[in-house]
Amino acid sequence: MNAMAAQRWNFWGGIITALTLVWAILWAFPLYWGVISSLKPDDEVVRPYIELWPETPTLENYISAVTTTQIGAWYVNSVAVAVGVTVITIFISMLCGYAISQLRFPGRIALWWLILASFMVPTSALIINHFVLVANLGLLNSWAGIMLPQLIHPVIIIVYKQFFDQVPKDFREAAVMDNASEFGILFKIYMPMNWGVTTALSIVCFIWTWNAFLWPFLSVTRTEMMTITVGITQVNDAFGVYYARQLSAAVLAGLPVALAYLCFQRRVTEAITLSAGIKG
Amino acid sequence: MLRNSRTERLVALVLVAPFLAIYLLAFVYPTVQMFRISFTDAPLIGAGRWVGLDNYLRLDNDPMFRRAVWNTAYFVLMTVVPGTLIALLIALGVSRLKGRFQSIVLALFFLPYILPVSVVYLIWDWTLNFQFGIAMHVLDWLGIPRVPVFKSRVWFLPAVAGVTIWWTAGFSILLFLAGLRSIPVEIYEAAALDNSTRWTTFRRITWPLLWPVTSLVLTIQLILQLKIFDQVYLFSFGGRPNDNMVLVYYIFQKAFQQNQGGRAAAVAVTLFVLVVVVSVLQFQLLRFAERRRR
Repeated sequence: MNAMAAQRWNFWGGIITALTLVWAILWAFPLYWGVISSLKPDDEVVRPYIELWPETPTLENYISAVTTTQIGAWYVNSVAVAVGVTVITIFISMLCGYAISQLRFPGRIALWWLILASFMVPTSALIINHFVLVANLGLLNSWAGIMLPQLIHPVIIIVYKQFFDQVPKDFREAAVMDNASEFGILFKIYMPMNWGVTTALSIVCFIWTWNAFLWPFLSVTRTEMMTITVGITQVNDAFGVYYARQLSAAVLAGLPVALAYLCFQRRVTEAITLSAGIKG
Repeated sequence: MLRNSRTERLVALVLVAPFLAIYLLAFVYPTVQMFRISFTDAPLIGAGRWVGLDNYLRLDNDPMFRRAVWNTAYFVLMTVVPGTLIALLIALGVSRLKGRFQSIVLALFFLPYILPVSVVYLIWDWTLNFQFGIAMHVLDWLGIPRVPVFKSRVWFLPAVAGVTIWWTAGFSILLFLAGLRSIPVEIYEAAALDNSTRWTTFRRITWPLLWPVTSLVLTIQLILQLKIFDQVYLFSFGGRPNDNMVLVYYIFQKAFQQNQGGRAAAVAVTLFVLVVVVSVLQFQLLRFAERRRR
């Protein structure tokens, strides 16, 4: 009886595994289809039947996307903004998280609550006043302007604080006994301990910033200052009905983040679960 | 402790200062300003006269605002619960797999989440293209007439909801997987010894133990989808943005296309309050779940 039940269990288990696999392939199919279409010459793209592989694979769409749009400039803008936001955000958040976790100072609890509370504020409601602020600072159409409102990620401070909280108090006490300076303790003892968290959060912060749409879209009006995420949607006219060219631009825009994920799969998933408040 | 507490305070101030400065400038100040100009008739840039509650009272008979609220609610309805259930099903399927195979299958489900919204837009705009989209070939093959999905009043929001579920499910799947992993294997082994069926195991063990994660995913999704803008804006290219109006789109239209900063701010405050209320509820819910678990 027991053996039969186990067999039934295995049979259905096999079916479920097969279904999951088929579902996964269907799920990712539009991505595959987008990439494949971008490798087809114009006449093949619009053929009225389904061809899962290009007859004559070509890079001509990529070449024309690069030469007829300002995609190079968009790339530079995206890299500059994403790297800038990541470095600044990670740095200031780590300092702040460390201070709240390890030091005693007046206003510490109030600051912590302020950070927790800002978690719930929808930044998309602030677009009007972000725009006014950045315009008054004269930073529209500039990297600094795109970066400024994106520098606040309360989640990162929260993750750092929780991480520093877990470090045994003995470390700090021993260092204080040795008369190490406060900055020495942070940079020589605590920072090397959390390279794993720092890398994971940096990758995720980079991906978030690279993917940001609403604010970069509002704060930039000059084509050559756009980030790639915005740029590829703003120049439809340049492509006319050349779908394949548009798709090749999309592939170029998605490539860095897709690669970042595929190379650091574990770190990315770890950081994302951490940022949702679950310890994976 | 030997350390002088004044030094400690000074160091803390130096460490907190950079964040605090940016926080006050780019977060607190705009928030305060948003509330302030919502009581004025200010344009996007520049000062305005105090008009009291006028901007809010006008929302009451503003058909476009009503449509925005209704569409946002409709969109939330179509994404939050269905998206969470789909993510849960996928997570249950993926969690049964082992090792390298599991990470490959997970990657297939997760990749869309990692992509920028504009890439998601271009891919789906192409897949569902009325003339050449591969989905239309499938419809032809099934004998169903083609639909210009993103030009149609009826299909626009459901289609954008579907694309959004596809795009954001990866995140929920990760949370569910983390939740499933934290359920002790012994419980399942005991259930297997008892010859309990797959469905009973799920209903009696997995579902109740996973509930804290499920409620977290639901509320994160709810907050995220209330703020829908990017997809609606992008898929409306060449279509009917006014029919597809949602709350953030309305803020954008009022402020940036009609130059009415004050009126836009009133809509922004409404959204702000809505999201804060939902977040507070979420927080309470989580605390409640935590207490029950102890």
